[in-house]
Amino acid sequence: MNALRVPLSPFTGGLAQIGACGLFLLQILRAVPRSLRYFRETVRQVFFVGAMSLVIIMTCGLFVGAVLGLQLYDVLSRFGSAAMSGTVVAFALYRELGPVVTALLFAGRAGTSITAEIGLMRATDQLDAMEMMAVDPIAYVVAPRFLAGLIAMPLLACTFNAMAILGAHMVCVSWLGLDNGTFWSNMTASVDVWTDVVNGVWKSLAFGGVVTLIATFQGYTTPPTSEGVAYATTRTVVFSSIVTLALDFVMTAFLM
Amino acid sequence: MPSSAPNRDDALITISGLRTVLGGKTIFDGVDLAIPRGRITAIMGPSGTGKTTLMRHVTGQLAPDAGTITVDGQDVWRLNREQLFALRERIGYLFQNSALLTDFSVFENVAFPLRQHLKLPEELVRNIVLTKLQAVGLRGAAELMPAELSGGMMRRVALARAIVRDPMLIIYDEPFVGLDPIALNQILKLIRTLNQTLGITSILVAHELAAVAQVADSIYLIAAGKIAAHGAPQELSRGESAWTKQFFAGEADGPVPFQYPAPDYATQLGLRGAAR
Repeated sequence: MNALRVPLSPFTGGLAQIGACGLFLLQILRAVPRSLRYFRETVRQVFFVGAMSLVIIMTCGLFVGAVLGLQLYDVLSRFGSAAMSGTVVAFALYRELGPVVTALLFAGRAGTSITAEIGLMRATDQLDAMEMMAVDPIAYVVAPRFLAGLIAMPLLACTFNAMAILGAHMVCVSWLGLDNGTFWSNMTASVDVWTDVVNGVWKSLAFGGVVTLIATFQGYTTPPTSEGVAYATTRTVVFSSIVTLALDFVMTAFLM
Repeated sequence: MPSSAPNRDDALITISGLRTVLGGKTIFDGVDLAIPRGRITAIMGPSGTGKTTLMRHVTGQLAPDAGTITVDGQDVWRLNREQLFALRERIGYLFQNSALLTDFSVFENVAFPLRQHLKLPEELVRNIVLTKLQAVGLRGAAELMPAELSGGMMRRVALARAIVRDPMLIIYDEPFVGLDPIALNQILKLIRTLNQTLGITSILVAHELAAVAQVADSIYLIAAGKIAAHGAPQELSRGESAWTKQFFAGEADGPVPFQYPAPDYATQLGLRGAAR
């Protein structure tokens, strides 16, 4: 992977990085069958990037849903449509906010940790040591984290959505007095499983792949210094956020 | 070159016409050497002359710009990834900075190559690992994590990991750094024992002539991108060439400059200008 670190001008360097990231993805996909040997490592990574992210995802989901419920109830009541609050909250969450906000939180919580961990393994020669022990680090270290991101992200997005709807329910029903039956019945009557829920799952799957690809790539190709690891961690958050939002627009355009 | 060049037919490793340029700097310029089977060969030379780089060429981690490198009859740079990994399974490599897997305990670090490549019963894995840890004096530290070890202890664990599969070739990159005299003596004995009892070919990259002279059968002295001298330790330490004299006597003056290339000292300090 040394060839992936060739310094170029900012523009050509950026293009080279995108190309290198694409080649890195191909390496990961090629290594996936071999990485199934390390299934326990994949399970361990699902725990680290998924279960360990639950607190932040659930907390943020609850507050995002509460704020959404509050704002929508206020706006919709001006038009006499407060009963639709739950429905609009669900649309916003399933289609956009759930996958996108979860991806941004995931990049900050799990993406940075993946980059820092792999970057430090690079800096301390652990990846080279694996190569010398005839163990492919792409199959043993990178692919399990990539698979873990793909598995964990849709589950985290579903958890985020559930907590956000609970937050909206608490505000709209328990606090502002919207009828409980109206809240749920309007929501279930309007939300379609395939066009709303499943499309959101596709999005979160794609975001999971993109964020973990960027995180592993940044860690794997980081210069082996403390400064290099710090920059790589920052780049993971910045690039993941930009790519997630851009990809969201593209996917929305295609899935609508 | 001295007359004691090994017979290339008996060599486990042969390097011919090696040329390497890194970052615009020529590291090797036409290096030829042969590492004989079943012997301990030391690679010595001033810091930054490319001793570790040479080992990275041998193990297929870094491609040379020119030249051929064969290990056990296989041209390293013509092997595909599977063949290279198969070759590496027969090589033990002690890294300069130990490179222990920080998430694993000492025991798991040493067991790692066994678990990855062999489906051995757990009891056998345990016995092999404890035997190797006993050899480096760290059986009692089996459950410790790498962060709980000193630099010298980490090096000994890395050594146990490098020899855990009884490879055909062991490359020791700076094995004596950070070892106290007791540990140093034991490691020297271990290197000698592995060589004598199992016939393992060993390459020792080190600076400590006194320690190297106790175990090495021959030494290659690398300087200025070439093999500056080659021979038995006693032969080289009595050597008459400017390279061996300077290196083994540790003198600042000689063909190897102690100072990194720099502008004139007095000018840089502003003394020459002040004198005017």
